[in-house]
Amino acid sequence: MYRYDKYDQAMVDTRVEEFRDQVRRRLEGKLDDDQFKPLRLKNGLYLQLHAYMLRVAIPYGTLNSAQMRALGAIARKYDRGYGHFTTRQNIQYNWIKLAEAPDLFADLAKVEMHAIQTSGESIRNISSDQYAGAAADELIDPRPWCEMLRQMTTFMPEFSYLPRKFKIAVIASAEDRAALRWHDFALRIVQNASGEIGFEVYAGGGMGRTPFIAYRIREFLPTSQLFSYLQAVLRVWNRHARRDNIHKQRMKILVHDLGQEEFTRQVEEAFEHFLSLAEDFPQAEYDRIAAYFAPPPFEQGLSDEIDLSDPAFAAWVDRQVIAHKAPGYAIANISLKPVGGIPGDISADQMDVVADLAERYSFDELRATHAQNLVLPHVRKADLHAVWQALVEAGLADANLDLVSDIIACPGLDYCSLANARSIPVAQKIAERFADPARQADVGELKIKISGCINACGHHHAGNIGILGVDRKGSESYQLLLGGSGDEVTTQAKIAGPGFDEDGIVDAVERAVEQYRTIREPGERFIDTYRRVGMDGFKEAIYG
Amino acid sequence: MRILTGNDLKTGAVTWWTGYDWSIHVEDAVDAGDQADAILAREAAACRVNNPYAIDGEKAPDGSVRPAHIKDRIRALGPTVRPDLTLKPADPDARNWVI
Repeated sequence: MYRYDKYDQAMVDTRVEEFRDQVRRRLEGKLDDDQFKPLRLKNGLYLQLHAYMLRVAIPYGTLNSAQMRALGAIARKYDRGYGHFTTRQNIQYNWIKLAEAPDLFADLAKVEMHAIQTSGESIRNISSDQYAGAAADELIDPRPWCEMLRQMTTFMPEFSYLPRKFKIAVIASAEDRAALRWHDFALRIVQNASGEIGFEVYAGGGMGRTPFIAYRIREFLPTSQLFSYLQAVLRVWNRHARRDNIHKQRMKILVHDLGQEEFTRQVEEAFEHFLSLAEDFPQAEYDRIAAYFAPPPFEQGLSDEIDLSDPAFAAWVDRQVIAHKAPGYAIANISLKPVGGIPGDISADQMDVVADLAERYSFDELRATHAQNLVLPHVRKADLHAVWQALVEAGLADANLDLVSDIIACPGLDYCSLANARSIPVAQKIAERFADPARQADVGELKIKISGCINACGHHHAGNIGILGVDRKGSESYQLLLGGSGDEVTTQAKIAGPGFDEDGIVDAVERAVEQYRTIREPGERFIDTYRRVGMDGFKEAIYG
Repeated sequence: MRILTGNDLKTGAVTWWTGYDWSIHVEDAVDAGDQADAILAREAAACRVNNPYAIDGEKAPDGSVRPAHIKDRIRALGPTVRPDLTLKPADPDARNWVI
C-alpha cells in the first residue's frame, strides 16, 4: 500500500499545527462559531447531536495493522472505546472533545492518516472495490489510480471550493462492488480491442434528496489523459453549477439538466483545452505510485483445499470467504453486523484483534467496505480456520455477508443532527426478526439499506429493500422502497406506498420477504424477482 | 415553554440554560420566555456554547422539563441504542422518556 513520502508527511504535520492554532483561537474566543465552523469542517470535525464527531479518511478503504491499532488507541484515548465504519469506507468517532482534537490529529499523522477532505465542498475520500489487489475477477489493481487521483486532488485550489461535495469511485472488474454509478464521477478500468488499459467514465450519479444514476460519458479514456479529463469535468461543473441553491449544487443536477449529450460535449471541449496544456502525469509517475501496490510475496504451491469438517467454520467459509487471484489464498470478510448490534460499530479491543489478524495472516493489510464491514484481503486458505477461531472469540464471526441481517444503516437520529428518524433500531429489529441462520440462508442475498433522512447516507435508494426515515408531525415514520441496486445493473428503488411506524416497517419488510419466498423462481435473488414482477407483484402482500 | 440549548464549546456536550449558567442535565432547564432571544445573543457572543438556540419544551406532571421534539429528547439523554452511554445508564425507564 502507499506510504507517505517526506512531502506527504510535511503537509499533514503542518495541517495538524495549523488546526491546533485554530482550536486555540476558538477556545480563547478569538474566533466565533461562524468563523471556526468551516475550519473544523475542512478537518472532518462535525458537531453532531451529542458531541463533536470526527470522520477519519481511509483512502479507498485500505489500511494496515498499525493504522488499525492507532484507530483503536484513539477510540480509547479520545472517544468512548469504539468507532463506526461508514458507507464511504471511512471511520467516525462520536464523542470527541474540541480541546483534544489537535492531539488526536497528531496521533493520526504518526500513522499516515488524517481527516482532511472528509467534509465540506471538496473531493471526498475516493472509494474503490474492497477486494482491490486480491479479487480473482479484476483486470488490474485500481488502487494506484485512486492514489493518483488522491494526490491530484488534495489541496488543489480549483478543487478546494467546489460548488458542493464531489465523490469519486474507481474499480477494475465487471462486477461492481463499489456502487460505481451512484458517484459524481466514476471510473471502471477496462481493456480496449487493442489491448490497451483505459477508463470507462461515468458522471452525474448521486443519492441524497435528488437521486440520479450516473451516465456513461466516455467508453474509453487513455489512462495517460485522466488528469486532463477530470479537470474538464470539474471545469464544466464549476462554470455552470447552481451555487445559488444548495439543493441544486451537486454535479448530478447539472449533468441531468444539461443532458448526457450536452454535458459530454462541453466536457470534451474543455478536455481538448486541458490536453493542450500537457499537464498530465508522465508514465514514470504512475509507475512510481504503482510500485507501492505491488502484490505481496504470495507463497507458491499452496493447496486450495480447506478442511470443512467443522460445520460452523464451514458455514462461515461458505458465506464470508471470496475467491482470491492467487492460488492457495482467499479473501476473508469480517462482519460488523452481529444480530442486535449497531451496523459498522467496532470496539477498540476488536480493532486490536483485527489488526493482529491482518499482521499475522494478511500481509499486514485490511480493507473497510462501503457496506460497513471489514476485509482481510490475502489469507492463506490453510490459515482460515485460525482466523475464524480468533474472530469467534472476538465476537466478529457472524456469517451473514449480503444476507438480510447485513444491513447498511446510517447513524440516524441516535447520533446525527440532520436525521429525522432513527435508523439503527430499525436495523436491529429487522436483524432480530430474521436472526435464524437457516431462515437467512433460505432468503439468500438481500441488501437492506436504511437512511434516517433524505441525505441518504444509508444508501436507501440503492437498497433491494430501502427504508427512509422521515419526520411526520414530530414522530418517526418510515417509507418502504423496493428494487434498488448498487451493482453493475444499477437501479433506483421506488417507494412502495404509505409509510409505517417503527414496528410497522419491520412487519412490512417481513411481508415483502415472505412474498418473495412465495413467488420466486428457482435461482432468483430478491432483486431478480422484483425485476421480474415489479412493484405490483409485492404491493398487495405488503399493504393488503 | 421555551428552553435554550447548545453544545459546550470545549467538549461538545449538550447543554441547557438554567437561568444563570449552562447544565448538561435537561432537568435544570428553565423557561426563557420572552428573554430567549436576548439570552441567546449574549451567550453566543460569550463563546461558551456552540450555536445556542431555543426549542419548545413542556412540563411533565412531576414538574420536570421535557423537550417537545424527539430529536431534542435524544440530545438530552444520549443515543437510545447505547443506554450505557446516556446520562442515565442505570434508569430502565429512560428510553420511555425519550420515545
